[in-house]
Amino acid sequence: MNMADRLDIHLQLQREGFALDVQMCLPAKGISVLFGASGSGKTTVLRCVAGLEPAAIGEVRVGSELWQSHEAGVFLPTHRRTLGYVFQEASLFEHLNVQHNIAFGLRRGATSDAASVLRIAVELLGIDHLLQRRVDELSGGERQRVAIARALATNPRLLLLDEPLAALDQSRKNELIPWLERLRDELHIPMLYVTHAMDELTRLGNHLVVLENGRVKASGTLADTLSSLDVQVVQGDDFSVVIEGRVVDIDAQWHLAKVAFPGGAFWVRDTGAAVNAGVRLRILAKDVSIATEEPQHTSIQNHVEAVIVAAVDDVHPSQILVRMRFQQQHIVARITQRAWHTLSLAVGQRVWAQVKSAALIG
Amino acid sequence: MVFHMTEWFNTETRDAIGLTLQLALLTAVVLLVVATPLAWWLSQTRSVWRAPVNALLTLPLVLPPSVLGFYLLVAMGPNGPLGQFTQAMGWGVLSFTFTGLLLGSVIYSLPFAVQPIEHAFIIMGPRPMEVAATLRASPLEAFWRVALPLARPGWMTAAVLCFAHTVGEFGVVLMIGGNIPGATSVISTRIYGHVEAMEYAQAHILAGCMLLFSFVVLLILALMRRRVARVLP
Repeated sequence: MNMADRLDIHLQLQREGFALDVQMCLPAKGISVLFGASGSGKTTVLRCVAGLEPAAIGEVRVGSELWQSHEAGVFLPTHRRTLGYVFQEASLFEHLNVQHNIAFGLRRGATSDAASVLRIAVELLGIDHLLQRRVDELSGGERQRVAIARALATNPRLLLLDEPLAALDQSRKNELIPWLERLRDELHIPMLYVTHAMDELTRLGNHLVVLENGRVKASGTLADTLSSLDVQVVQGDDFSVVIEGRVVDIDAQWHLAKVAFPGGAFWVRDTGAAVNAGVRLRILAKDVSIATEEPQHTSIQNHVEAVIVAAVDDVHPSQILVRMRFQQQHIVARITQRAWHTLSLAVGQRVWAQVKSAALIG
Repeated sequence: MVFHMTEWFNTETRDAIGLTLQLALLTAVVLLVVATPLAWWLSQTRSVWRAPVNALLTLPLVLPPSVLGFYLLVAMGPNGPLGQFTQAMGWGVLSFTFTGLLLGSVIYSLPFAVQPIEHAFIIMGPRPMEVAATLRASPLEAFWRVALPLARPGWMTAAVLCFAHTVGEFGVVLMIGGNIPGATSVISTRIYGHVEAMEYAQAHILAGCMLLFSFVVLLILALMRRRVARVLP
């Protein structure tokens, strides 16, 4: 990676009963998700990057801009870091209406450039009709959209989002996620996104950093990191992988969509995605089984030929997690230890991964 | 004794009412300016000085006004430190002047201004200032554009309280001002004067006005709080 398009974050922060010590090098595009249980230090990392934790030492570099360096004695205060920050609760200014909240970050006598950035933000988040409202008249989802637009209106080099959906109920969440996908796909602003929700991670993430007890446990592209067996504890029962593909066919009679990806194609429930649309499949490990021959005469329609690359004991002693590779992709199956032994499975073996169900997301 | 309205409402009474309102208004204005930075500092600091400063600022609340007035009188007097300073500056001695009265009132009502404003800053929490910083506002700009407007219920309460408290003050003004008609005689000291002179009817009217005024002020405060409570989530 070229220095100009990456984020370098190296931070240490000592607090009573908690020590943060992280080093991450992230691509300066798309959404990098900071994932982990509560107390793992996700939000603290975000606050440090924003300069809201003056006690943090280390280095924060965004592309060619140095925001903080202990060695060089540099510490830009928050208001001089070109970032946008979306807090968990929308934190709109109650004494200002929507319009004035969004325009808060614009300088007096702002250039027409800045005004057009604001217009784009308003349009991108579909809040045109809310501009004259008081903020206490907005729904939770609308408040968050306004908060995001307000952060974008300052034209940031980096957008930080701290569990922006956590305070919302499921239906509001579902309402907001497409807006976030739109930001990811239409803007060229890298985002650091803190969450502990699997559905947000699998739908929105491009890059994944798993945090545990203030340290980086795993970091890499979403598909690679999610399927790596190091993160099993964090993922728990919902252990799943994400495969990116494209809708290539719709079977209207059976309400199915065919999603093709390097190395294969699966038929999944049609959720209305258009042919040719880029989509993601989320496949739970418990929905994947292993066969040593190409399966026939089974209700499970989706399978791919793959090679076992790793296997680790699962949390429960009866289970084992098996990671398989086909082309450049990985898939993980959760099977019983007994099946592993009965079928004499081993790392390096060529097998068939059968997928009972795959969810089409995004 | 036949009582005539015109006789009662003489120049001295008018002067006392005018002086009272003038003093109360000026005190409230000066206090808002002085108390806001103090309240901000108290709400933000983790310094070891916070507790002693807080105690010092709260002193006027518990000290007998005569004690406060006595010390102020001594300090302002020709031989007091403040008196020496004002004389050196060519301002003369402040005791028994309106300016001296204003200074005493400001100190006497300081806790009534600091506490509501400090409370408003505390319930605001650190988040709005952080949000403002992420939107490129410098700390000073964030204070003006976010902290001050959000603390509005606090300084409205402070203004009303200071005004009312000054109108109702007696001990300090008597000590420092000495009830000089037209210069330092305010309503409360004038009532005292009437009683001393056995002019009960005059005392009754003025006292009744004060009672009504105080009730109205407290009513306004209660209504203000209700409105604030409705606005807050």
